[in-house]
Amino acid sequence: MLDRQEFGFPKPNFKYRREERTTVTGKSNVTIKGIKEGLVFLLDDQCDFVALLDELNAKLDKHVQQFTGPIVHIFIKLGSRQLEEEDKERIRSILRRQGNLLIQSIESDPLEVDPNLKIIPSLHTMSGIIRSGQTVEYSGHLLLLGDVNPGGTIKCTGDVYVLGALRGTVHAGVEGDEQAIIAASLMKPTQLRIADVISRPPDEWTSAEPWMEYAFLREGTMAIDKMTSLSRQRKEVMQFKGV
Amino acid sequence: MGEAIVVTSGKGGVGKTTTSANLGTALAIMGKKVCMVDTDIGLRNLDVVMGLENRIVYDLIDVAEGRCRVNQALIKDKRFDELYMLPAAQTKDKNDISPDQVRQIIESLKPDFDYIIIDCPAGIEQGFRNAIAGASQAIVVTTPENAAVRDADRVIGLLEKSNFPSPKLIINRIRPNMMRSGDMLEIEDICQVLAIDLIGIVPDDEFVIKAANSGEPTVMNVNSRAAIAYRNIARRILGETVPLSQLEEKAGMFRKVKKFLGMG
Repeated sequence: MLDRQEFGFPKPNFKYRREERTTVTGKSNVTIKGIKEGLVFLLDDQCDFVALLDELNAKLDKHVQQFTGPIVHIFIKLGSRQLEEEDKERIRSILRRQGNLLIQSIESDPLEVDPNLKIIPSLHTMSGIIRSGQTVEYSGHLLLLGDVNPGGTIKCTGDVYVLGALRGTVHAGVEGDEQAIIAASLMKPTQLRIADVISRPPDEWTSAEPWMEYAFLREGTMAIDKMTSLSRQRKEVMQFKGV
Repeated sequence: MGEAIVVTSGKGGVGKTTTSANLGTALAIMGKKVCMVDTDIGLRNLDVVMGLENRIVYDLIDVAEGRCRVNQALIKDKRFDELYMLPAAQTKDKNDISPDQVRQIIESLKPDFDYIIIDCPAGIEQGFRNAIAGASQAIVVTTPENAAVRDADRVIGLLEKSNFPSPKLIINRIRPNMMRSGDMLEIEDICQVLAIDLIGIVPDDEFVIKAANSGEPTVMNVNSRAAIAYRNIARRILGETVPLSQLEEKAGMFRKVKKFLGMG
């Protein structure tokens, strides 16, 4: 963590600040804190932008004596507010009035992503026949309602489930996920790949079972098992345990 | 307004030209006004199979480049008054005509004909794109071999991408005894992979080779098993419901039925 030093302003405490703003006193929308490298300007992300600029102006005027002397590096944090280049320039022009302030960065928080999505990649459903010469690429898990014909290819960063006949090539875990699986109603592939492992049926294994099967990596080699065994292999998948 | 049907396959040598010639002739036998268009520029065959090679004056490229009118390039069949063909050029290649030009020519033929059968070259390049440009329906020809089925699958994918919602399938050169012994791909298996409507199966028949060499379409020969198959396909194109009969599949049954019909 960075060293913090008091700079004549209250130590930033977001929770506290937000709560207080809702009261009539009207808490400051511009918070300045000092770090080892210079100053961090925390600009409130909820208030009106023009009001924010006014307040920034006022604050600089008020504390003008503190902004003289050696060059101070400024890091501006906008919170969740996303600004166009034009508006960023307005902030820069205000700070430029103080000769010794050097703007290092103007940053917004990255757009919020639902944390659940990160943990469980979304399952995408598509229907149709992947015919010879056609390739489907997807980032996440893919459920295909249809067949993959010889010469057709699916490439997927996650699992691939084929509700139909798999006669072509499927590559699951394209980016190296060795936990990825390939499931198919009819498992008669030209080639299967999981992460970096390539398997060529029927040289390496054969299967003409009438039930649904899935392919997975067992200690670095391709293995095929019937669908009901999946729950034993993948503990992290939500399991039905009975009521 | 006529319907333009392209006959295609991807793989060469599966019987596109033979199928085009026989379906065109069969439709003409049934009283339809038919024009067959050969788009295999540089490797034209349809005129040879139809026995009309020596009547060619103008060709598809001449029409496209404005050296003649479409009507001047059309060749009337020597057997049927309502059967015409538009030959391909032999000296140029597939890049000398554009899909738009083909589309225009096909459009200009539509008012005068009931059916326009377009014979597509092998491959999936410019020649293929030219051939499918003017068509509104497609027939994919395949044989019971893995390579042909694979290419047919590729072509069906391309057709679907080019807005042919439901191409029809013909399985050509079936040898019933080989199929029964399991040495040849089953019709059922082929249909399962390709997943399009089967419009007919044509048995392998020596008459087809003989007919092609003599410039008489097989379909004229009532003794040929393939001829009956082609006529059935033509009837299905006309909208009749003709079941895929065993006689198209099994020689033994076929003879019995033929005797029963008084043809044997």
